[in-house]
Amino acid sequence: MQHKVIDTKEVVIRFTGDSGDGMQLTGTLFADASALFGNDFSTFPDFPAEIRAPQGTVSGVSGFQVNIGSGEIKTPGDLCDVLVAMNPAALKANAKWTKSTAAIILDSDSFDEKGLKKAGFVTDNPVKELQIEDRTIIFASITSLTKESLKDSGLDPKAIVRSKNMFTLGMCYYMFNRPLEFTFKYIKKKFKKNPALIEANQKVLQDGFNYAANIQAIPNTYKIEPAKQTKGTYRNINGNQATAWGLLAAAEKSGRPLFCGSYPITPATSILEELAVHKELNAKTLQCEDEIAGICTAIGASYTGSLAVTTTSGPGLSLKSEALGLAVMTELPLVVVDVQRGGPSTGIPTKTEQTDLNQALYGRNGECPIAVIAAHSPSHCFDAAFYSAKYAMEHMMPVMLLTEGFIGNGSEPWRIPSMSDYPEINPPIIEKAEEVPFWPFKRDEERMARRWALPGTVGLEHRVGGLEKNNNGAVSSDPLVHERMVNERAEKVARLANYIPEQEVIGEENGEVLIVGWGGTYGHLYTALKDLQAEGKSVSLAHFDYIFPLPKNTADIFSKFKKIIVCELNSGQFANYLRASHPKFQYHQYNKVQGQPFTVAEIVNAVNEIL
Amino acid sequence: MKYTPQDFKSSQEVKWCPGCGDHAILASVQRAMPDICEALNYTKERFVFVSGIGCSSRFPYYMDTYGFHGIHGRASAISTGVKVANPTLSVWQVTGDGDALAIGGNHFIHAIRRNIDINILLFNNQIYGLTKGQYSPTSVLGKVTKTSPYGTVEHPFNPGALVLGARGTFFARSIDVELKLTQDIMVESAKHDGTAVVEVLVNCVIFNDKTHWDLVDREHRSDRTIVLKHGEPMIFGKDKDKGLMLDGMKLKIVKIGENGITEKDLLVHDAHEDNPGLHSMLIDMQYPEYPVALGVIRAVKDSTYDDNVRDQIADVRAKSPIQCMDDLLQSGATWEIE
Repeated sequence: MQHKVIDTKEVVIRFTGDSGDGMQLTGTLFADASALFGNDFSTFPDFPAEIRAPQGTVSGVSGFQVNIGSGEIKTPGDLCDVLVAMNPAALKANAKWTKSTAAIILDSDSFDEKGLKKAGFVTDNPVKELQIEDRTIIFASITSLTKESLKDSGLDPKAIVRSKNMFTLGMCYYMFNRPLEFTFKYIKKKFKKNPALIEANQKVLQDGFNYAANIQAIPNTYKIEPAKQTKGTYRNINGNQATAWGLLAAAEKSGRPLFCGSYPITPATSILEELAVHKELNAKTLQCEDEIAGICTAIGASYTGSLAVTTTSGPGLSLKSEALGLAVMTELPLVVVDVQRGGPSTGIPTKTEQTDLNQALYGRNGECPIAVIAAHSPSHCFDAAFYSAKYAMEHMMPVMLLTEGFIGNGSEPWRIPSMSDYPEINPPIIEKAEEVPFWPFKRDEERMARRWALPGTVGLEHRVGGLEKNNNGAVSSDPLVHERMVNERAEKVARLANYIPEQEVIGEENGEVLIVGWGGTYGHLYTALKDLQAEGKSVSLAHFDYIFPLPKNTADIFSKFKKIIVCELNSGQFANYLRASHPKFQYHQYNKVQGQPFTVAEIVNAVNEIL
Repeated sequence: MKYTPQDFKSSQEVKWCPGCGDHAILASVQRAMPDICEALNYTKERFVFVSGIGCSSRFPYYMDTYGFHGIHGRASAISTGVKVANPTLSVWQVTGDGDALAIGGNHFIHAIRRNIDINILLFNNQIYGLTKGQYSPTSVLGKVTKTSPYGTVEHPFNPGALVLGARGTFFARSIDVELKLTQDIMVESAKHDGTAVVEVLVNCVIFNDKTHWDLVDREHRSDRTIVLKHGEPMIFGKDKDKGLMLDGMKLKIVKIGENGITEKDLLVHDAHEDNPGLHSMLIDMQYPEYPVALGVIRAVKDSTYDDNVRDQIADVRAKSPIQCMDDLLQSGATWEIE
């Protein structure tokens, strides 16, 4: 076989196996090694809800896709160039994600009669059965080779078999010309208390690399030059970590201690986990008895002057609805993070969607508007969380931050900012009031925000609560007082539009088609935009981070395009919201509700159809 | 500065029904506040009263302190947030049998389990008052109410048993009409480090009038209740001639002077005993078989959640090389692009 080195700008690799096969780790290590090499990248974990579904079955397959490139990488890629499948089920579940030119690495040891049957193959030729004969299939006895490699390691047989992901990683490092040093370092750190494991893992990684170099079965290796990136210090960050750090950053800037009351829920849990680590920055985390206690402890903490946060996902947000109304009524700062997942009800917990927008905007009793902000990429979660917290505190109101499983779990390189790049946060804390007794709902004229009087402050004793009140804090059911307070609370949220940045348009400011998106679809919409522009099409993109209120120039932007197409991972929630807020425009829609991100090709086709 | 009860009265008009037992508890609490300030060297701005929903939950509006009127059932969660976020505050949760034990049951037991240093005043009138007369989780089996026209078919909770079940460190009981006892218990509750639950048996004059009458009736009160005091023998009765002893695995009422029994034979109340066995028996005592136990039944020492949180943060901060956000941003695996 002729060996070719393919010089390419971009390669997509998909690691798949049983959920216990360590594919998430393999993918992450591959991405990190590529980052160190200087590539831009984007990752997408795609795993089942079951921690250990029945071994070898399609429902238990876990995947991790990495897109690495020498240019700008904004998505994990649509179809992959290389698929690693550790068993027949992984091949069966993922063959559809491979390009026709793809190489597929299979662990031949698992492709026995039993394995094929478990995966639901009816013949002994899975490649033919899946009609993927045109792909380059590389059968490697990964399990036996790993056993052979570690036979003198002294490890027990189970631990040896578990190391097969490192063997696979070694093979991939050869295929993609990655240096092994970074992963060696990682192994040393991870197993620092167990020298035997360090040695074993390093050996098996190196053996995998050597094996791939020696056999003739690997037809192509890939060369991906480092990307031209802005100078600076970088790190790999996923969206949930960035969210947690953005909140910590806001706590530091405001001088308000961070309090997070939450209940574990997929895919939001790792925000709580990350905050729990950072006690050194005075973050208090309370893992509550339920979602309701999560938000209620946060509201209590907010009353005392903390930057209060609760993190959740769709069904958890449903449980928090009533308390969110309480935060609106008591006019206390609160950041609610919703990492959206497939719904309704329990839905598809580990898959991504944008189906909570209506719930975020409207899911409460009474006239109960809250500000809604969306993050558009893993690293943007940092800024989105920072500004959600800033606006919540400065405007004395709850802010909903919407992210998605896709960006929460996905990662990308991030040029590390300095805290001096970020603005001050000045919550309206009051030490002494002119009026006696203190009026808790007296507002400043510009923002309409009330003042934050913290318990412990002499002379500012006051009561807040869910009952309607007059500005002086007295309970009131006077019809006109109620209506005025409803209007004042709404006006306060509306006036946030005076503080958020104007909406940007990517591309020409006028033209044929404006793609409109929001949240985690940014990478796919942006990449589709670039493809369409490269074809010479008159297309631009307006991707919204600020959902409610919308930026003030929204109508201006819309009026400059002949057609508007709203692309989102739901049945049209943002499109309908725009129809209500900006009714004079006509909106086309492109929607997908499959628990999966868009592919770039889908967007390109959808836009071409209306051009 | 010496406070008076007047300092804790807000300008809001008290809107409970005339004759409601809540008025008496409000008076007891307002009288207890100056004592608490003196005993613990507190100032007024340190108090936060938190409530859920129900008649009792209007309480914070009537106290001239910081106050938070929450939503139904969630007062324990809100007070938890207040206390953990700012442990220097003195947090008082006012709740009812519906608020704490039905819709808020989960938060109630978990606050107790964590032993957060808050005071929970549980007004038990065995009925839903604010919604106008439906049975509650403490209504007796067979109770006829608007939603149980043929009598309830469910067993009630004993709030004290829930406290013990959640490994609570403090439980006390009083009756609305026992103003001085309630006042004294408030001071004990304030002094306790950890979740202090005080059940106050309270009358709902409109929807469950005289529900506790057997105990309230002046003529029989001292025969049908026993006020427990730490370190003192368990004596009760109008003539202080009755007492409690252990009979095998059960409590037994004995008469002093009969069968050679003297005061020395009686059980001596030990609220500080860690083992909840006897506390459980005392909490379970019901009229007419037994006198109902009042006073501080259990007050044991254990670490509190808020202290543990504070200590853990101090410990991690002292050891961590990360002292600010910029440190965190630069920590771990990073790489340079030239």
